[in-house]
Amino acid sequence: MTVNDLADKLGLVFLTGQEDAQKQVSGCYCGDLLSFVMSRAKSGDAWLTVMGHLNSVGVAALADLACIILTENAPLSPDALERARQNKVIILQTEKTTFECAVAIAAFLKI
Amino acid sequence: MTVKLNFKIDGNDFTRAGEASGEVKRVLKELGLPSDVIRNVSIALYEGEINMYLHANGGQIEVAVSPDAVGMVLTDSGPGIENVALAMKEGYSTADDNIRSLGFGAGMGLPNIKKYTDHMMIETEVGVGTTIRLKVYIK
Repeated sequence: MTVNDLADKLGLVFLTGQEDAQKQVSGCYCGDLLSFVMSRAKSGDAWLTVMGHLNSVGVAALADLACIILTENAPLSPDALERARQNKVIILQTEKTTFECAVAIAAFLKI
Repeated sequence: MTVKLNFKIDGNDFTRAGEASGEVKRVLKELGLPSDVIRNVSIALYEGEINMYLHANGGQIEVAVSPDAVGMVLTDSGPGIENVALAMKEGYSTADDNIRSLGFGAGMGLPNIKKYTDHMMIETEVGVGTTIRLKVYIK
């Protein structure tokens, strides 16, 4: 499943462009402590968090995550948006809670 | 042939945290290294770079890519680590609330570096600084 597919199915809003939205999503990781995410998230995971700042973009880029999904409409800082565009990190937003979003992703990925 | 990269980390500009790690990742991709090697180096280096910002007011990163391994040396003139064994334990952190509000300070930095490298050596002296030597083998 691609990020685009996931966005369609869950009604996610793209905060960055959709140019790289054909990236494959292979799993999901939920968490707000960046070192936990670095350590435990797997390459290709969709990352669910409320941390929409510059360092989140760095983590997603370095750990090869499929995308960042900001849950509960958590805001994205302008500098993070700029960095995400530079590093081709896809960021989406949803009003769903992290739990609701993770459950929906698990159902679509059949995991 | 060995490719060498050097970065000076300015500890006063936290908005640039992760730039050095990102640049190393870009170069390793260009060199065509295996994706798992690139990911391991990126994660270890990022944690080390962040530690320099959070604890040592900056420092120096040297990376040497040889045919068999990626070597990294991270040097700072920060406060040093009082108890290395404790600092290596997951969950132990000296970070303040400000650092924690940014999503850091989970006490995972050094353990993550160890997890994602094949060789890790810490030389540290309280009041003088810390040097961390890392190696990720290219299998």
